[in-house]
Amino acid sequence: MSVALEISGLAKTYPNGQRALGGIDLTVPAGEILAIVGGSGCGKSTLLRLIAGLETPSAGLVRVGGDLVGGPHPAVGLVFQEPRLLPWLSVADNVGFGLAALAAGERAARVGTALERVGLTAHANAWPRELSGGQAQRAALARALVTRPQVLLLDEPFSALDALTRTTLQDHLLELWAFERPTLVLVTHDIEEALVLADRVVTLRPRPGRVDDIQAVVLSRPRDRDSHNFEVHKRRLRAALNQSLAPDTLASDSLTAAAL
Amino acid sequence: MSRALSGRALRRGLVPWLLPLALLLGWEVAAKAGWLSARVLPAPSDIAVAFWTTLKDGSLPHHVSISAERAFLGLVIGGGLGFALGLINGALPVAEDILDSSLQMLRNVPHLAIIPMVILWFGIGEEAKVFLVAVGVLFPMYLNTFHGIRSVDRGLVEMGRVYGLGPVALYLRVILPGALPAILVGLRYALGIMWLTLIVAETISASSGIGYMTMNAREFLQTDMVLLGIIVYALLGKLADIASRWLERRALDWNPAYRTGLEAA
Repeated sequence: MSVALEISGLAKTYPNGQRALGGIDLTVPAGEILAIVGGSGCGKSTLLRLIAGLETPSAGLVRVGGDLVGGPHPAVGLVFQEPRLLPWLSVADNVGFGLAALAAGERAARVGTALERVGLTAHANAWPRELSGGQAQRAALARALVTRPQVLLLDEPFSALDALTRTTLQDHLLELWAFERPTLVLVTHDIEEALVLADRVVTLRPRPGRVDDIQAVVLSRPRDRDSHNFEVHKRRLRAALNQSLAPDTLASDSLTAAAL
Repeated sequence: MSRALSGRALRRGLVPWLLPLALLLGWEVAAKAGWLSARVLPAPSDIAVAFWTTLKDGSLPHHVSISAERAFLGLVIGGGLGFALGLINGALPVAEDILDSSLQMLRNVPHLAIIPMVILWFGIGEEAKVFLVAVGVLFPMYLNTFHGIRSVDRGLVEMGRVYGLGPVALYLRVILPGALPAILVGLRYALGIMWLTLIVAETISASSGIGYMTMNAREFLQTDMVLLGIIVYALLGKLADIASRWLERRALDWNPAYRTGLEAA
């Protein structure tokens, strides 16, 4: 299997001296779903922003399909925690936002397909403010996927939604993924979400962020959130997460993440 | 059923007009009966006659078009300059450092206070009026454009960057549309200031325009013409307001704060 995303020696130190990431090495094969979990301050969002080319690394490099990432890359998509739809464009125009280079006819066709896949065809001409939170996030997913990225980054994409919508959208994300099978890199603080979606789960250790543990999720899809095996995985992942926090938390004030 | 409903709607539409109509009627009667001196307040019918006469001899359209031209020219020059400064300072922190504090200082000078200077510079020609209007509208346009650009959601800008937009595309597709509500608020402020400035400038120094018309009429104690001038100013101001509201509704239909109640989704 070809490598979609290659991260080597990636480090980020902010001008104020704060070390967000201290040397990350990760190789993600094409079509894999990788989840990244970790306590607060472990640099998981910084890692995504570096992969997306929104920030420049202090050391190390990111390659997408062999290409060095030195800024926003057309093969990399990013879905944020909030939908970030442009309020002055219709839902359809928002979904087509990244397709400005295409001819109008082809753009409309691609947007139509994307809207159909996320079940928003009926809302094509609606304003974003008329959508519910879950619908808006589905529109954001459609906007990211319509450009057919090789790697799609998701920064806690469902954490602002209510529990029921969150579960629905997790399943929906897998359906969308099945169409073109892009590589997904998902940052989350939700152990269950990581285990429902991912092939592998990376645990980061905070201050500075480093890879602490990588677990393969050997559960067949579709995954049953209530099965015994799922529970076993959950216990194992929670233990890894607690361990990643253990030595540093005594000195830090952030015990909240351990509540996971 | 529908007839009764439309009857009620008609009544609703008429009721707000009852009081003004009654006042107008009382005024007319009082003036005609001689209780009100024509020098204090001429009868509404006299004003209507003045309107008709000046319309027929072409002097009213002449003065109105001259005033409108001054107002429009001043708005385009001053508003355009304020808009451009707002864009530049909103986009480039360097430009803000250089320009903003100077502009803030100038903003605090009441622009009508410089009328004596303006008369010395330009005399009482067209330039003086256009200059004053331009100075008056510059600051509301500048402040609102600048503020609008600065308060565009950073998250949307970041989203645009993820899709590979360069600085120009980012400005055109994300920042400018995001700043549009504030820019249009600035335009509405500017329109109000535009008329106010023009009225003052024309009554102080002019040889044409509505302000001149009313001041000239005052010299000859033609109170009907003075009132006509005031009414024309009010109508022009209202017209500008209607135009800017229409623009807001067209451009900002997506924004719940500007939606018309009729087309609720």
